Amino acid sequence: MTSAESRTVEALTGSDWDYSPAPERTRPDIASEYGLFIDGEFKEPQSGKTFATTNPATGERLARISEAGEADVDAAMAAARAAGPKWARLKGRERGKYLFRLARRIQECARELAVLETMDGGKPIKESRDVDLPLAAQHFFYHGGWADKLQWAFAGRNVRPRGVCGQIIPWNFPLLMAAWKLAPALACGNTVVLKPAETTSLSALHLARLLQEIDLPPGVVNIVTGAGDTGRLVASHQAVRKVAFTGSTEVGRLIMQELAPREIPLTLELGGKSANIVFADAAIDQAVEGVVGGIWFNQGHVCCAGSRLLVEESILEPFVAALRDRMAQLRVGDPLDKNTDVGAINSREQLDRIRSLVAAGQEEGAILHDAQTDSLPEKGHWFPPCFFTGVQPSHIVAREEIFGPVLAVMTFRTPEEAIRRANTTPYGLAAGVWTDKGSKIFEIARRMEAGVVWCNTYNQFDAGSPFGGVKESGFGREGGLHGLRGYVR
Amino acid sequence: MSRLEVVKTGKLWIGGDWPRSESGATFVVENGKGETVARCALASRKDAREAVEAARAGLPAWRDATATLRGQVLYRAAEMLESRADEFTASLCDGGEGLAAARREVERSVDRLVMLAGWCDKIHQIIGCQNAVAGPYHNFTIPQACGVVVTFCPASPALLGMITLVGAAMATGNAVVAVVPRAAAMTGVLLGEVLAVSDVPKGAVNCLTGDIEPLLEPLGGHREVAVMVSSGLGKAARTTLRLAASDGIRRVHTIPWTGTDWEDDGETCSPWFLEQFVEFKTLWHPSGV
Amino acid sequence: MHRPVDAVMLARRAASFTRRSIKADSKRAGLRLAVSMLDLTTLEGADSPELARALCRKAIQPIPQPIDPPVPSVAAVCVYPRLVPVVREALLGTDVKTASVATSFPSGQVPIDTRLAETEAALAAGADEIDMVISRGAFLAGRFDEVAAEVRAVKDVCGDAHLKVILETGELGTPDNIRRCADLVIEAATQGADVPDGAVFVKTSTGKVSPAATMPSVLLLLEAVRDHFRATGVRIGVKPAGGIRKSKAALHLLVMVRETVGPDWLCPQLFRIGASSLLDDLARQLLWTSRGHYAAMHDVAVT
Repeated sequence: MTSAESRTVEALTGSDWDYSPAPERTRPDIASEYGLFIDGEFKEPQSGKTFATTNPATGERLARISEAGEADVDAAMAAARAAGPKWARLKGRERGKYLFRLARRIQECARELAVLETMDGGKPIKESRDVDLPLAAQHFFYHGGWADKLQWAFAGRNVRPRGVCGQIIPWNFPLLMAAWKLAPALACGNTVVLKPAETTSLSALHLARLLQEIDLPPGVVNIVTGAGDTGRLVASHQAVRKVAFTGSTEVGRLIMQELAPREIPLTLELGGKSANIVFADAAIDQAVEGVVGGIWFNQGHVCCAGSRLLVEESILEPFVAALRDRMAQLRVGDPLDKNTDVGAINSREQLDRIRSLVAAGQEEGAILHDAQTDSLPEKGHWFPPCFFTGVQPSHIVAREEIFGPVLAVMTFRTPEEAIRRANTTPYGLAAGVWTDKGSKIFEIARRMEAGVVWCNTYNQFDAGSPFGGVKESGFGREGGLHGLRGYVR
Repeated sequence: MSRLEVVKTGKLWIGGDWPRSESGATFVVENGKGETVARCALASRKDAREAVEAARAGLPAWRDATATLRGQVLYRAAEMLESRADEFTASLCDGGEGLAAARREVERSVDRLVMLAGWCDKIHQIIGCQNAVAGPYHNFTIPQACGVVVTFCPASPALLGMITLVGAAMATGNAVVAVVPRAAAMTGVLLGEVLAVSDVPKGAVNCLTGDIEPLLEPLGGHREVAVMVSSGLGKAARTTLRLAASDGIRRVHTIPWTGTDWEDDGETCSPWFLEQFVEFKTLWHPSGV
Repeated sequence: MHRPVDAVMLARRAASFTRRSIKADSKRAGLRLAVSMLDLTTLEGADSPELARALCRKAIQPIPQPIDPPVPSVAAVCVYPRLVPVVREALLGTDVKTASVATSFPSGQVPIDTRLAETEAALAAGADEIDMVISRGAFLAGRFDEVAAEVRAVKDVCGDAHLKVILETGELGTPDNIRRCADLVIEAATQGADVPDGAVFVKTSTGKVSPAATMPSVLLLLEAVRDHFRATGVRIGVKPAGGIRKSKAALHLLVMVRETVGPDWLCPQLFRIGASSLLDDLARQLLWTSRGHYAAMHDVAVT
């Protein structure tokens, strides 16, 4: 071969190199039936009722869960009330040590719990492993350290626990939400009756096993499973002195009405339709990542999902092109595959809701762009990541919380217009701002009607960072110093 | 021949104006002996709506003013209050208070306002914080004004109660609709007159006098209202308020203080009390080069 | 055009590629792909003709043991200009390219005429590819035109020979600078000429400075190349070099290429990995995937 020949331009070969299935092999020990966790023990429901919990990715039945009726909730409340005084009297440091211990056990069982969470809820193992579990452990670790420092957390006040807390949590981050609720309540000396969401009870029930292992005094935490009726029994029970709810605005409103005649402090963490504002001067590649993580993290089953994208008009075209390219890289499918980015929709009901809202968006004339759908599994509940362009602020997809992997893209020309459009919503949970300009960030962040503002980032969470909304996204904060306030008097 | 007294009719204070009630209705304010002291405008549902609209319009000017300036305005209000101490004392006496008690209440009220004035540019430092998160992010939590706050003021202590609620809401940057019950109405009108000449922007504070019950639903259900603070409302009224507020998931705070509770600076001026008038906002920003 | 970069979110995205799990067939294929993209490199003062010949042998047949399917040759052998004739001869009749560093590698701290002369000499000695360094000092001082001019000049000297431009990202200080520099280099190297796909590469590092080919710095180059392709349709190559020693790191790079610029770039014409000891680890992993037991270093390190 001569030198000249070797220098000729070769045809590009490229490669169809792709990732083989990488299934997570660990399997948690799932029982066939679960009782209610009351007074430190698993008990048969007095209601006599059970319901099935299934894997939304396969339709496979995982276990039967007990449905707590009135007598069951009464028993849980009685146990929580009975355990209260001793738990409240316990020295803060000792209470804290239980939480530290729990944090350690969660870390030790993290893999099993992550798999359980993924099997029961449909979220990708990558997320339950790298996000849900570490954060859940961090929440207990963080709050364990508060238990003996409350006199400095509330300087000038002699704070006491409120008593029995009724806590109701959603299905999108089952274990993490349990941690958000339990950790501050316990650190402040309260006892708890917790109700997980009916489609995702398993991780809370496995958490109950860990509570037994760490020798948490019986009755300090009670877990009653069931659907909305059980939740209502918990929220409206005469024994509760504090109610904390994470879920839809609709149910939050019902709880407010139910409790209107009583002086029960409430923490509500409700829906959202958060805006992600991208200015032309932003770090675009990072903004694209932020938008992707903002809406397609956890199948969009995120109350603070950045479901409205406001892009400065001058960069709309390249930004949407980049977003489409990036969306094509998302791997949708088996949640137990370590390379899966977008898992299964949590339930048939939720899938139907997403479908009907997307259909409404199309009917209103918005243009749908969706990711590859050909490889979606046949069984289970699936919806491909997608976004709408040509969206008007009055469109349903721009106003209603979809709680799915659906993004509404809109534009703005001036910062004032961006602010106005971002705030034109009854919700106020979170907002995202993307710009390379410091002064602009502070001003936009200041004027966002939202409890959390992510600047040049999105969907970041931490045990030490207060989270919660304004307007119809609820009130009260969870996490950080401010999250303790709902649990003392 | 004795001179015929010129009796003042108290009016509403809405958006910087002093309208009579849209309904045209008034009520008689009597002193402790059953003698007519004055007449006051009886606020209607429509007045309540107007007051909220005015507060919403007045909010930006007050909220976005520097904290230092807001403190100076509140201090100015304290100066104005002090200068009209006799008038307020008389008004409280008309409400049935003894002279000495009335004087003490006026003095306390002036001092309360001074204390609240001082909070304007400090409260953030006490109740905001930086959070050490597990990642390369700068993360901090700041208090911000909630927006339009409705304060249901107590009948007694008429001045100190209203000063505390309205002052706390103002110190934290909110626009206020103060609802003052019949028994405290003239004191409420006077306080409005003081604030009106203290450089408070138009609409930043509004005052409604009269019967509370008919206003609970229009105010509680008005979606421009962010927070309601109730003092002196009965259980049924509080229930009505909370039911109305549930439509917009609005915050309703019940102030439990009665009688001399209001005199305790440690409670009434504590950051924990002022916290009820703010929303906490947490900001994240990456930190890296 | 200034394209700002946020360092933290860049690092976060770069780290996300390392969370991919590459197993079974994709691992076997990925390891082979990585071998085929290698610029097997030795750039030491003690380099000898004999050592260069051994390296070439290894480049042609990376694993001495028979293995099924066969392991491809590496893409190129990269040496100092003095050893170019030796390498050229040793690689004769194979597809493995002869690459030479030039332009006063690694510092670039000599007059431009000397650097161009060195480039000419390397080409005359038979180099197919030139790995040049830029004047980082000029870039950091804001003399962007000077950097563009030297890249342009070297490119002109190279003619049809492929040019890899080393940014030395570890000396540029910030992701903003790396991105700006990559854009500048690509613009300069493609200016006014019809540049075929893969004729120009941007390369992270000399391997003499730490940090070298970090995931974020490679991502920045890939993004610059992707944006250039979107704007012009011309495919620029990317070459991370320095500090890549483990197979896992190489697979992570392939993941990043696939998900940033797409599968078109998954070939030696558009993506190279500059390394020396990496090949030994790739070989061990390949032996493991084909034979089911771990190879010892002495099984593979045959230079």
